[in-house]
Amino acid sequence: MLDTSLTSGDLLFMLKGAGVTLSITFWAMIGGTIFGLGFGLARATATWWVNAALGAVFDVFRSVPLLIQFVLANSFKSIIGLHWSAFTIGCVVLAIYTSTYCAEIVRGAILAVPVATRRAARSLGLSYWQDLREVVFPIALRSALPSWIGLTLGVMKDTSLVLWIGIIELLRSSQIIVTRIQEPLFVLMIAGFIYFLMSFPISLLAKRLEKNWREYE
Amino acid sequence: MIEIDNITKSFGPLEVLKGVSMVVKRGEVVSVIGSSGSGKSTLLMCINGLESINSGRILVDGTEVHARATNINTLRQKIGIVFQQWNAFPHLTVLENVMLAPRKVLGMSRQEAEAFAIKNLSHVGLGHKLTVYPSKLSGGQQQRMAIARALAMSPHYMLFDEVTSALDPQLVGEVLDTMRLLSSEGMTMIVVTHEMRFAREVSDRVAFMHQGRIHEIGPSEQVFDTPHQPETINFLKSVL
Repeated sequence: MLDTSLTSGDLLFMLKGAGVTLSITFWAMIGGTIFGLGFGLARATATWWVNAALGAVFDVFRSVPLLIQFVLANSFKSIIGLHWSAFTIGCVVLAIYTSTYCAEIVRGAILAVPVATRRAARSLGLSYWQDLREVVFPIALRSALPSWIGLTLGVMKDTSLVLWIGIIELLRSSQIIVTRIQEPLFVLMIAGFIYFLMSFPISLLAKRLEKNWREYE
Repeated sequence: MIEIDNITKSFGPLEVLKGVSMVVKRGEVVSVIGSSGSGKSTLLMCINGLESINSGRILVDGTEVHARATNINTLRQKIGIVFQQWNAFPHLTVLENVMLAPRKVLGMSRQEAEAFAIKNLSHVGLGHKLTVYPSKLSGGQQQRMAIARALAMSPHYMLFDEVTSALDPQLVGEVLDTMRLLSSEGMTMIVVTHEMRFAREVSDRVAFMHQGRIHEIGPSEQVFDTPHQPETINFLKSVL
């Protein structure tokens, strides 16, 4: 039996897809941020050749379209006989991709902390790492936050590309429904609205944090 | 005692310090004067190891600052420095700015560090500004906070690097008063300054730097009233 109007089951199906979207975004941001912090710190502090090597690798990940990376990684996985699910591949590829952008945000934010401020910290007897932890990171965090939120919102939209490796997330679930009820405008509007509902709280949270932190400016 | 023994320092091809020697005893206040680019600030940075040196050596209470075996972080606890730009930590309140190093470096408890910070901030006249962020302070207040922050490490020596140069003229007085207070309490100080009247008044000795060397050094009255070197005479003429 084929229902040609939108049912509550369809909505539930889309919400499940939205759950997958959120989940991929979550893991990609966790992985991307952890590695991005490490890479960004390395880029801000390491010698020139480490920096150049990292920069070159990042350029590759940032210039090859994400879609191609998903498909290549998914095929490569089968070739080398890695038993990872498409979901895992999606998260890992997106996390690597995210980490290259996150690294640049971290690097920029660290380098933006004035040398004079760091000298003042060191002159008080703080060690190199204490200076980083107590002074550089907190200041850098505040300047990096808006870009990091932007990155999160971007990644959430980029997750839609994983439908190409067979994951049913929000966009794919909408397509499936469109195929059946032939109402693309209506269904995609709902999908778009759900994306908005997921992004908006993140923007709100960011605004709030920024406002709290602006007190010191 | 700070013993500076024939140090040289270059930035690339530019030789900034060309063999500087000076001894500062405990309790002494020595002002370093001279035109911009004469190496005064670099000399201060070398004393607490913020700048490396090319040759010579600096001993602080017998410990060689630039020796490999020296724990520079421990040594710096003895040497407070206040810069021309006050360099507050913008993400911390005034109180937290002053508490940070005592807690992290000296391992003081929060209560201990807080009590000591309040004492130091009150001492420089900022007891009423504990919970505000540095951005809400005037330049003079920020500079006094920087002094309190350095004092919170209970240093044996205080270095001042043109601390009033970036201040509006009406704010200079409050910072100089704070420094006068310290000198009257017997703090050992090396003061790089363009405030000649202040230098004359608080210093036991004055060093005149010229082209990377200490050209003349002597008791405050002597250097200001009867300078021996023609360069000192010219410099003092141009600034007084």
